[in-house]
Amino acid sequence: MPQAPKSPPPAKAAEAPADAPPHSLRQVKAAGPACLFAVFAVLPLLISLGADPFYLVIATRIMIFGIAALSLDLILGYGAMVSFGHAAFIGIGAYAVGMAASHGVTDLLAQLVLAMLAAAAFAVLTGAISLRTRGVYFIMITLAFGQMAYFFTVSLAAYGGDDGLTLPQRSTLLGQPWLENDFFFYYLVLILLLSCFLLAHCTLQARFGRVLRGTRDNALRMQAIGFEPLPYQLTAYVLAAMIAALAGALLANQAEFVSPAYMTWQRSGELIMMVVVGGMGTLTGGILGAAVFSLLEEFLSGFSQHWKLGLGIILVLIVLHGKSGMHGMLADLARRFGRS
Amino acid sequence: MSAPLLEVRNLRKSYGALTVTDDVSLDLRPGELHAIIGPNGAGKTTLIHQLSGCQPSDAGHVLFDGQDITTLSMAKRARLGIARSFQITSLLSGFSVLENAALAAQARTGSSFRFFGRAAAERTLNDQAMAALSTVGLAERAARRASDLSHGEQRQLELAVALATRPKILLLDEPLAGTGHDESAALTGLIDKLKDDVSIILIEHDMDAVFAVADRISVLVYGRIIASGSADAIRADPEVRAAYLGDEAA
Repeated sequence: MPQAPKSPPPAKAAEAPADAPPHSLRQVKAAGPACLFAVFAVLPLLISLGADPFYLVIATRIMIFGIAALSLDLILGYGAMVSFGHAAFIGIGAYAVGMAASHGVTDLLAQLVLAMLAAAAFAVLTGAISLRTRGVYFIMITLAFGQMAYFFTVSLAAYGGDDGLTLPQRSTLLGQPWLENDFFFYYLVLILLLSCFLLAHCTLQARFGRVLRGTRDNALRMQAIGFEPLPYQLTAYVLAAMIAALAGALLANQAEFVSPAYMTWQRSGELIMMVVVGGMGTLTGGILGAAVFSLLEEFLSGFSQHWKLGLGIILVLIVLHGKSGMHGMLADLARRFGRS
Repeated sequence: MSAPLLEVRNLRKSYGALTVTDDVSLDLRPGELHAIIGPNGAGKTTLIHQLSGCQPSDAGHVLFDGQDITTLSMAKRARLGIARSFQITSLLSGFSVLENAALAAQARTGSSFRFFGRAAAERTLNDQAMAALSTVGLAERAARRASDLSHGEQRQLELAVALATRPKILLLDEPLAGTGHDESAALTGLIDKLKDDVSIILIEHDMDAVFAVADRISVLVYGRIIASGSADAIRADPEVRAAYLGDEAA
């Protein structure tokens, strides 16, 4: 079917995207993320026009959890690795900032290098073991490693133990206290989120990502043509861990506080929910999921402490609608708009 | 006589008390099509799994070009040049037909630890994939999703993916399974043509096809090879007729 006419019959319209020329399909696919990042880019303007500055804090947190959810989507959505210990890497990133700061290393760049190296080391070790298992065993073993990391930080009496650790101030950047400015911090997080998104997108389209996606679809077939799954899955696992550690380092700075609560299994579960609600295997889905989750937490928790009941209902509705979550719903809407 | 490309020596495999592969020895010479036939449950697919590395063997050896590959993984064997098809179609159903074949080409062409550059836009991979698709007659379907193909076309794609790895040996596990009359005739013709470039071990239930293309036939019954020889010799073998062809002919 060539160029679709202005008002195609409804039955055929459903097939149109599959048969459309590939370049226009790619443009349509790029439109979603472009809109999303445009919204984030102009949001601070609304606040400077008089909206409650608290929204800037919420939006910053959404973007930070967006980075974390995006990293989980990389292995969950594109690698079929359901990690139930992903919050550990957020915690490692956050503690890298807290510990470095308490020893006088306050520069963000140095802290990020530390955070990502520590997360990579933990991921290589735990991933090499976890990836020998499949399915529900992988979920359980990643949960176990996550809990180990959690209890390790609880036992760190020198760094506050259970109570965590308050940062004296936010990290410096090139020796300057720029991060203290909420607008500066907001745009720094936005740039990092965009960078992670582009990096993940490139990787997934490249040879490496194609092998990872192929292994998700059919590992047996990939082995039969000559690909061992483990090196590719482990590399993706480490990459996701490093991005999550980046999110953790930013979270520590945003809250100016670090505690074991960052790496509880509930937090790992929330990250999975963000990815599933937003749409698995879509990258932007994780960011959408983080937004939905944070906004519901913010507004529903004002009505009742049982706000998670509301979240549960919404989660059920979204999952019933289909596998592609919010991302899929928005794509459907955009398609309907495009047609009329 | 040239040295065999694949040599199987005293291969065994049991599941508990059930012996599925019982002291099997056979070989495959360069450019040969060696068919393995036998009634259901004879252990043909298990043998292919053992040769391809999909399942480990309990005892015995598999030699490829003189090298002992008995303990190598399926992926390593594939990279050496042993490609296989699956009896039950096993494709990357969410990928396009072209990408199914292009990934197979990618496995043999350079490192896949590349994180930049669109793999789908790589000319050399797509050219190799298109060549394999043309060979099996799927070139026009290249842009389709693999899951949108008909069953017969998916069987063709199974072959194209195996070919795109540029194998020295093809292990074909019932390539005609579930195909219609015309499709199976076309596939049989294709397998006959492939013989020129690649050595083939073929498992197939369609006797007409086997007798039309095989250079040599071995008969597997309860995990044992009871006869091995040319098509005519197998047809005339009384033990084979009793064990196998007798009830086919009825």
